[in-house]
Amino acid sequence: MTAPAEFSPWTDPSAKPLIRFTGVTKRFGDFTAIDNVDLDIFEKEFFALLGPSGCGKTTLMRMLAGFEMPTEGLIELDGQDIAPVPPNKRATNMMFQSYALFPHLSLRDNIAFGLHREKMPKDRIAARVDEMLKLVQLEPFASRKPHQISGGQRQRVALARCLAKAPKLLLLDEPLGALDRKLREETQFELMDIQEKTGTTFVIVTHDQEEAMTVASRVAVMDHGRLVQVATPAAIYETPNSTYVADFIGDVNIIEGKAEPGDGIMGIAWAEGQPNLTGASDLTLASGATVFMAIRPEKVRISAEKPEGAANAVAGKVLDIAYLGNISTYHVELPGGQVIKAQTANTDRIARRDFTWEDAVWLSWSATAGVVLER
Amino acid sequence: MRRALVIAVPYFWLLALFLVPFLIVLKISLSDTELAIPPYTPTLDLSEGWAGFRAFLAALDLENFTFLTTDDLYWKAYLSSLQIAVVSTFLTLLVGYPIAYGMARADEAWRPTLLMLVILPFWTSFLIRVYSWMGILSQEGYLNQLLVGLGVISEPLTILNTNTAVYIGIVYTYLPFMILPIYATLERMDASLLEAAEDLGCSRLSAFWLVTVPLSKSGIIAGCFLVFIPTIGEFVIPSLLGGSQTLMIGKVLWEEFFSNRDWPVASAVAVILLLILVIPIILFQRNEQRQREAEGK
Repeated sequence: MTAPAEFSPWTDPSAKPLIRFTGVTKRFGDFTAIDNVDLDIFEKEFFALLGPSGCGKTTLMRMLAGFEMPTEGLIELDGQDIAPVPPNKRATNMMFQSYALFPHLSLRDNIAFGLHREKMPKDRIAARVDEMLKLVQLEPFASRKPHQISGGQRQRVALARCLAKAPKLLLLDEPLGALDRKLREETQFELMDIQEKTGTTFVIVTHDQEEAMTVASRVAVMDHGRLVQVATPAAIYETPNSTYVADFIGDVNIIEGKAEPGDGIMGIAWAEGQPNLTGASDLTLASGATVFMAIRPEKVRISAEKPEGAANAVAGKVLDIAYLGNISTYHVELPGGQVIKAQTANTDRIARRDFTWEDAVWLSWSATAGVVLER
Repeated sequence: MRRALVIAVPYFWLLALFLVPFLIVLKISLSDTELAIPPYTPTLDLSEGWAGFRAFLAALDLENFTFLTTDDLYWKAYLSSLQIAVVSTFLTLLVGYPIAYGMARADEAWRPTLLMLVILPFWTSFLIRVYSWMGILSQEGYLNQLLVGLGVISEPLTILNTNTAVYIGIVYTYLPFMILPIYATLERMDASLLEAAEDLGCSRLSAFWLVTVPLSKSGIIAGCFLVFIPTIGEFVIPSLLGGSQTLMIGKVLWEEFFSNRDWPVASAVAVILLLILVIPIILFQRNEQRQREAEGK
């Protein structure tokens, strides 16, 4: 459900980015919130900044809105340095985590607020507000005050208010954080719909990896003020560049070992008396260097007999079974004490489960299923 | 039963401490002056029974209220009190709002201290504080000494015993009543609302007028009433700081009671004052209620 496949301006070296961060650093006293960030965001992108709280993602967004100034470095919007432009003159609009709707104004007046500041003629304001109310499906509530509508409706008013000014860039700070799970999922699709309809560039800040994966064309994973990886959701999931990213996005097993490099293949000595694990890799590492294998639980097969011809096979016993309805996750303890998670889809009814607690089982995966990582 | 008891307590309180005294004042205002103790007539004599009560009622009349309309001192005093109350409420708002705003914007660690400083004057007697203003404002007072010493003025200013001194005294005394409700509304305000206003194209100043002021409206209204209502009947400040030309109904009332010993006329003045105040008090209550409803969500 990401943007159409042909939309990938970041692979086109001639494409001009809408936003360009060059060597941007932001310090609050001794604390470095943003550490030397370089980043390009392109027009019509739905770009997600993802990371745990305190990683600097909100600071990065507030610098785009103009509420924070970079300590060092350059931020360009459409090739123009935006540092001297105050927030009220920027072609960006922000949707706040608290929505920040004006409690003394009706929904209509909230949406019209930014348009009045532009000194737009009255009839055009009315037309634009109607258009926005229609876009977010709130026409019947136009004369209500924010405290008279539900949380999900408030979220949509906040969105309509930002979009009314037709900004070049829309910033969304944890836009769905206050909604319950079901509403959040619906709203994610609404957001994508609206983004596509209006063609606005969206930058969204979130700590919810599923949300980022669902809505974004590209995701930037942040940690301690740095960008750890910037890539499409699929690339982030399938080829994370570090154990941090692999661990942050989705569920993963990480096995540490010593490298035994081969030709296009990496052998990993992970436990004494066990055959090496092997993974496809073109990393050049010294023999004996620390190396990690990251393997997603759904890519680990579980069987009673030792599988024939599998690149990686380890024996263990079932420690725990987490039944989630559509899938089951088996926690399998290896002889060294390490626990590996393996997932199977429950295509049959529960009565026919193959394994139970304390069963001896084999786990196996192919050489290309796992990712070999240096750090 | 228990619920009725709980409700009865505040009603009894109101009855005993407000309604009964008011009825007594109302009765006196309908009586006539007499050189006696108490200095009015009629008094109710229960020993004469029903006939006595009828005679008592027959002796009551509206004479004192008619008298108030014949002497222009009274309505001039009412008008002048209203004017002084309106002007000083406005001045208090002008001084109090920036202080409340500054407090709400101050670092969170400092706010309790600042709040304490606003409340601190209540720890000393009100009378002493007004007297100390006499020391500041008088011809040889600290203010004139300072200004002459600095060379700002060559002749000492006459401030004490003028309306200016009364305004200064009222603003000083009632400032906390203005600051506290405004501070309460400003402090609750979500800071991201101002950022949102700026983000949508407001300058700092227009964000203040379009967001901060409307959102502190209930605090402003509450503060204004808390200053306006007691100021109309204010007696101590005009009599200590004001001059002979300062005409306020509180002073007139005092003189009727204690200098003229005309209790019935003084009571009539008090009844009319109460009627004048009922309107702003009702408006104040409605503001409070509307605010509660808005917050109730």
